[in-house]
Order: sequence, then structure tokens, then C-alpha cells
Amino acid sequence: MIAELFLSGIIVWLAGAGASLALWRQPAAARRVSCAAALAGSLLDLAASAAAIFSGSSTVIGLPFGNPVFTWVVRLDPLSAYFSGTLAVLAAAVSLYSFGYLREMEGRRNLGAFGFFFNLQLLSLALVFTASNVFFFLVAWEVMALSAFCLISFEHEKEKTRHAGVLFLIMSHAGTGLLLIAFLVLASASGSLDFSSFHLLASSMPPLQQGAVFLLFLFGFGVKAGLVPVHIWLPEAHPVAPSNVSALMSGIVIKTGIYGMARVFFDFYGPPPLWMGTVVLGLGVVSALLGVLYALMEHDLKRLLAWHSIENIGIILMGFGAALMFRSLGQPNLAALALIAGLYHTFNHAMFKGLLFLGAGSVVQATHTRNMEKMGGLIRRMPVTALCFLVGAVAISGLPPLNGFVSEWLTYQALLAGFGTTQSLTRLMFPIAGSLLALTAALAAACFVKAFAIPFLALPRSEEAADAREASPSMRAGMAVLAAGCAALGLGATWFVRVFDPITQQALGIRATSALMMARGWALSPGTAHGGTISTAGIALLLLFAGAAFALPLALRWRRRSVTGPAWDCGQPGLTADNEYTATAFSKPLRMIFSALYRPRREIQAEYEVSPYYPSAIRFENEIEPTFEKRLYGPLWERIMAAANRMKGIQAGSINLYLAYIFITLILLLLFGVRG
Amino acid sequence: MKEQMITRLIENATQLFLLLALAPLVTGVIRTLKARLQTRRGPSIFQPYRDLLKLFRKGMVIPETASWIFAATPWVVFFSTILAGLMIPMVAAVAPFGLLGDALAVIYLLGLGRFFLALSGLDSGSSFGGLGSSREMTISALAEPAMMLAIFTVAIGAGSTGLTQIAGAAIGQNWRFLAPAQMFAFAALALVLVAETGRIPVDNPDTHLELTMIHEAMILEYSGPYLALVEWAASIKQLVLMTLLINCFWPIGLQPTWFGFGALQGIGWLLAKLLFLSCAIVLLETVNAKLRLFRVPELLAVAFTLGSLALVSTFLF
Repeated sequence: MIAELFLSGIIVWLAGAGASLALWRQPAAARRVSCAAALAGSLLDLAASAAAIFSGSSTVIGLPFGNPVFTWVVRLDPLSAYFSGTLAVLAAAVSLYSFGYLREMEGRRNLGAFGFFFNLQLLSLALVFTASNVFFFLVAWEVMALSAFCLISFEHEKEKTRHAGVLFLIMSHAGTGLLLIAFLVLASASGSLDFSSFHLLASSMPPLQQGAVFLLFLFGFGVKAGLVPVHIWLPEAHPVAPSNVSALMSGIVIKTGIYGMARVFFDFYGPPPLWMGTVVLGLGVVSALLGVLYALMEHDLKRLLAWHSIENIGIILMGFGAALMFRSLGQPNLAALALIAGLYHTFNHAMFKGLLFLGAGSVVQATHTRNMEKMGGLIRRMPVTALCFLVGAVAISGLPPLNGFVSEWLTYQALLAGFGTTQSLTRLMFPIAGSLLALTAALAAACFVKAFAIPFLALPRSEEAADAREASPSMRAGMAVLAAGCAALGLGATWFVRVFDPITQQALGIRATSALMMARGWALSPGTAHGGTISTAGIALLLLFAGAAFALPLALRWRRRSVTGPAWDCGQPGLTADNEYTATAFSKPLRMIFSALYRPRREIQAEYEVSPYYPSAIRFENEIEPTFEKRLYGPLWERIMAAANRMKGIQAGSINLYLAYIFITLILLLLFGVRG
Repeated sequence: MKEQMITRLIENATQLFLLLALAPLVTGVIRTLKARLQTRRGPSIFQPYRDLLKLFRKGMVIPETASWIFAATPWVVFFSTILAGLMIPMVAAVAPFGLLGDALAVIYLLGLGRFFLALSGLDSGSSFGGLGSSREMTISALAEPAMMLAIFTVAIGAGSTGLTQIAGAAIGQNWRFLAPAQMFAFAALALVLVAETGRIPVDNPDTHLELTMIHEAMILEYSGPYLALVEWAASIKQLVLMTLLINCFWPIGLQPTWFGFGALQGIGWLLAKLLFLSCAIVLLETVNAKLRLFRVPELLAVAFTLGSLALVSTFLF
């Protein structure tokens, strides 16, 4: 049953891709067919994943093509099914949204090609999560990367888009290169390309090799996940892609890196040496903090969201890092808790970041700009989009009672419990990481006050914003699905955690979640003897009850005594959009406080005629230094160019010389062969 | 079973009553004491009640530029603060709503209120509101790590983030804040309290129309009942944080349960300790001048350092 569902999902996506390409001359038909196929495929995939995860065992499905050397086998084990299910929920919402979103592109862009790559992307993602051998995995991985490249570069007439697409391609392939080496090492150790032969294999390798493979995997998958310092493609590529693609990229494509790490760290490795978990936890903290700090400085709405993806990947990796450390320290129960925290946040991030990107897409389509300083007042023109975006903003800020709070709370609990697991100074890492997580979350809240308030509240700052129109019904439906997902994952936390039982059973041999549920499933506890508890459902119910019982009647009564008038603004008459606080101004205190990191540069030119106190025109420019590009990638790029220049010498262009090179190579190879 | 339900109900109702009734009084006492220390007469300690009553009876002006966020915020702030207040132990070492949320949930619920308050500051479009929101979010973000470290220290000591467990572990150790780890954590949390409740040297609760203000700038557009709700919530938040501080670190007089005469005794101790803490705040506010905004991070860095020292001390001593 699971196999049939999964295979039909694959076939529907394939058919959608093919049909969309065939219909490229009829954009309206191509749009409908490709979105419908994407939606149907996602629903089938969701059914298959849900069935697979609740069956608790692995389902192996041989695909009906392939050859004896390279088998095309899909394995839906609980971990795969979890990620595939995440993909399915997000993809269903994004497909629904795309019905309306793509309509505006009809006649202007090749929607047949878009539909083709869109379906191909979903197909390859599902296969990445489920492929059961190295060859198949890497093929799916490449198809995914290439289709992502085509989708990112969809608006390729813009210079910036092309640049971002190529940067993505380069970084992605550098990452794949690392993965290839790591997989080859594993394959030569096991003598097979099958993932099941790698189970616990990495831990039996010599320490040096084990560590090298670990780092190769960490950074190979880290490129896709957006791990600092290999994140630089992410804030470039996500904003320039069409917004439905951004949602998919940020929600699930970067999660392939997380899936890869989960697969390697908790399947291929047994209990690892302590330093591995320490490295992952440390990089997680750095990614989370830098991600949010750079996000705060953005006033490009989509770039801001892209930086937050880096932040959230950091939070996920904090969970994973803690889980690895607990495994080394012989604490499987805590490892399960930390792993659950990371995986929970993975799903949550797919929901709220997908939602926020879809919301940003609606806003960008309505205002024709990504610059927040040109928006404002959209809550009146686009009430549904605003409400959905607000739900996403509250969720990503980790505020109760939505889903972000639950997974961050679990992460705190795991980190806190870590303090007692060892007597060495390493124990200090846990609470310090926890306090930096608190800083990250609080800065994220500050950032999302800005990201919601500046575009949606107060007066419109441009004519486009004043004339904005609400998104079409299907777009609103797509956002509503994800907003409902954020609420459900938050309020239904104690029910949702059951999903993790088969995963932790497979990875750590522990079914932890029965200990996480307290008070007949109404409260969530960290599973330790007398841990604290939270009940998001209880909090939400009480707030709703108080709202209905007290706020509503009183507000209606007070309404009779209230009048609407101009904003007081300390008595200054005539409030205009020019008086409003801007996004740049909002983040100014933090820009000054963290100026050591940002190295801000600003330039003010004022023109005045009579007195310097009455300027007739002011030009203000402000930028922060892109530290990683300048200090890490800049020198690296120069080295590569210098090496290439030096190598130019051996390429003289003479065919005789090249023949000589071939001859010498042949001789060397023969000698090598004889000796070997 | 039924009896237990009734006692629980009485507990919850009493704590709710204490939160609502005591919060304006604490604000009033601090205000009056401060005036006396500065050789002013000052208002009566009951003035905040009169202010609230008056505001609730008044009409209000809603800015025409504001959206529904502006109307929803006072309620969200008020209810989330009350809910946070019900999650902390006040009189007995039992948090009435302890099952609904632990220490982290209390902090995050207060964060929910702050999030909406900051949104409403930007909602009307007035630049004062934006200024307040920006500063509020900045300072609270920087205060967060220190607050967490202090909470972690007591949570690690008690083996739980649940406030019932934390207070339970503290019972009987009346002067436990004299232990090094507790002392550092206490100091860190006290600094955070100053920042979070908008007191000198971080913010000045008495100023209006100054470029230095934070909280007042955010709520500048509120009037009438909504202003009353926001102000009431602010004083409840102050009470919640003060109670958290004294009950976690200075559990003297904290009753094991709510039963019988003990509860009255517990309330008496609570009042005495709140009065003492209020005096400390008054003294701090009077002898210090307000810090320049960009000096505040240094103060919070001190709090963070104290929090780290507290953690290190937990296993050094």
C-alpha cells in the first residue's frame, strides 16, 4: 500500500513535468496542469509518508527501471518518511499557492518550463529523502540541485539573478564534491554502495579517517543547509527566485542537508567522539547568531527571511550537536530528546518559513518591490496575507503558543539537562549555548517586529503600497494551510511528538516520547523525572477563553466611548508616511551595539541653501561589511585565480604539446598499474 | 477529589486576586517612597488605583492610522502577563498553573506581550512609537541571555525548569542567596529586572516627551481603558518579575502548601519581602542617573558575566 502510494506520487510528478513541458505554448493550461500535478503528487507522498512512519518499519520499493549494476531502490524508513512528509505538507501548500501566484506570469514567462522544473524539483526531493544507495542518492541530489538552479534563475534577465544562480551552482557542486569523497571512503570500507551496509560503519574506521569523513559530510551537507561559513549562496539565491520557489528552497531544499546529516550522524555513525558533537553544537550557535544578526540589518524582505533560514538551521544543529554529545556521553535518553528537538524544529521551520516566504511573495507581487521601506499599511489592503504573515512571525520568534516555541523549548530542555552529564568543563557549553539561543530568539523577535510592522502597519510609504491588492484566493488558501500547520504543530505538540518514536527507535533504540507526554497528553515534559512542563494547548485555550469572556464584551462596550482621530504623535499635527520609523531606523541601536561585527559605513550628503539647519535635500547611504565574502571568500578567490594564472603556462595551445602530455600521462599510468 | 478541586480553585483565585490587586500598590509604594527619599511629598500609595479607575471610565481616541493590532494589543499584553503571573509561586511553593508552563514559558509569555506592544508602537505611524519599540526590543534582546543564565542556574540546582520544583527545592534554605552561585545569579536577575521593568538606570518611568524614554514612547498613542490595561499589565509584569526574584532566591516565609493559616503567613512574608525589594529599587533609582541608551548594553554585559559566574560557581563551590 505504501509502495503504491509513493510510486503513484512519483508518477504523478513525472507526468506533471512532462505534460507541463508539452503544453508550453498554452501557459494557462501549463500552469493548471503543473500545479494540479504537484498538488496531487504531494498529497500522495503525504499519505505514503504518514503510513510509513506509523507502520514504524522500513518499506523497500524497487523502482521499475534500472540495471543490474546500479539499483534504483527507494527505502522509506521512519527518518526518510519524516522528511518526505515534511516535503509533502509544504509542497502541497506551495502548489496550491502557485495556482494564483503564477497567473501573473502568464504570457510573460515560459510557464511550461517552470512547471517542468517545479515538478522535477519535488520529485527529486522525494527521491533524495528516500534513495537507499549512494549512486541513486547522488543522482537525485544532482537533479535536485540542477532543477533548483533552473528555478532560481527563472527571472534570468536580471544580472543579480544570474549571479545568484551561478553562485548557488558553484557552492552546491563544491559541496557535492565533498560528499562524493566521503561516500567513496565509506563505500570502499563496506564494499557496497548500499546505505544499509553503512549502518554504524563509520564508527569502526580508524579515528583520523572517521573524523575526516565526518567533516566532509558536515560541510558537504552544510553547504546545502546554509551552515556558516559555507552559507554565502543562500542570502543571494533565495530572494531572487520566484517566491513560491523561495518558500520551497527555504522550507525544504536546505533541509536535504539536515536530512543528510541526520542520516550520517545517527545511522552511519555509532556513538561518536565528543569533539564531533561539540563542533556541530558550536557551528549551530554561530550560524544561529550570525544568521539573525545579519537578518536584522536587511530591509529587503526576502533577503531578511533568507538570513533567518541560516538562523534556524543553526537552531536545528544545536539540537543535533547536543544529541551527538549525549551519545558520546552515554545518555541515549537525552540524545533522543535533543534529536527530537532538532527534528521538530526542522518541520516547524518548513511550516513558518514557507508561510513567511509565501506571504512575502504576495506582498512583493502586490507592491512590485522587495524593499520594506517602500511598503507600509498593507494590513488594510491585504488583511488575510497580513494575518497569515503575523502567525508566521509569532511562530518563528518562538513565542507561545505556536510551534516555534515548542521546539525551542525542547532544545532548551536538552541543553539544560546536558549540564549534569559530565564533570569536565565541556558541561559549560550547554548552558552557554542555551543562553545564546535565548539571545537568538529574542533578536529574532526584534527582527520580526520590524518585518511585520514596517510592511504591514502604519501608513503606506509608496503609491504601490497604497494601491496594493489582496492576493488571489488560491494564494490565500496556500498561506492559510501553512498558518494552520503552525498552529496545529504548536497546540498539538503532545500528539505530534508520537511521530518521533519510530525515528528515535531506529536511530538510538529508544522510544522516548511516552515520557514526554504528561497529564493525559495535555502537557509536554522533557522526559526527565521532575522536569518542567508546558502546555501550549492549555495556554491557547486560556487566552482564547479570556478573550471571548472578557475582552470581546468589554471592547464592544468601550467602543461606544471611543472616537477615531488623527494620531497624537506628541501633539505634532499632520502625520505623514515621511514621519514614520523606517526599518533602517528600527535596527539602528543594534547596528551600533554590534558595530564590531557589521563595520557599518554611512554617507550623508546634505544640500542646503541658507542655513545648515534647513537642508533642501539629503542623501543617505548606509551599508554593512559582508564579512565572510570579504575576509574568507575574497582571499580564497584570489588564490584560485592566481593558481589558474600560473597553470596557464602549460597550456600553450600547440597540439603537439598536448599529445606529449597525453603520452606522458599514459606512461605514468602504465607504470602505476605495473607497480600496483 | 472534589475537595482538592475546590482548594485548587481557591488557590488560583487568590493568586489571581493578589496579582491584580497588589500590582498597582507596588507601583504606588515605589513612587511614594522615591518621592520621600527625594524630599518630595509624593502622591498617596493608592494613586495608581485611582489612575486606573479614572482611565477605565474615560473615553478613548483611536488613531485613524492604526489597525486592529492596536486594539488587540492591550488584551494580549494583559492576558499573557496574568497567565505568566499564575505560573509562578507567590505565597506557597506551588505554582497554580505550573503544569501549563515552567520558568521558560513565563519568560516567553512576557515576550509575547512585548512583541505585540512593540507592534502597536509602530502601528500608529508616529515616530515616537517606533523609537520606543526599537529600543524596547533591543534592550530586552540583550537582557535575555543574562536572564536565561540566571534561570538556568536555579533550574540546574533544582534539577528542573518547573517553578514549583524550583521553589520546592528552595524551601527551608532561607538565606540561600548568600551561596556564591545564588548570589551571582541573584545579581544578574536583579539587573535584568531593572532593565525589563523600565527602571532607572535603563529607562525612566516618570518621564514623558523625552527622547530617552522607552516604554512610555511605545504606548504614547493609547488612551482611556486601553491605556489602563497596558499600564496595569506593566505593573503586573513588574510584580511577577519581583516575585520570581524573591521567591527563587530568598524563599524565607514561602509556605510548602496553601493550606490554612500558613497561607496568611505566606502572604504576610510576600508583602514584607516585596516592600524590602521596593526599597532597594527606590534606593537604586535615587542614587543613579539614567544611563545613555548605548551604555545600557554594558550594564547587560555585566549581568551576562554575573550569570556566567553563577554557572561556574555551581560546581566550583
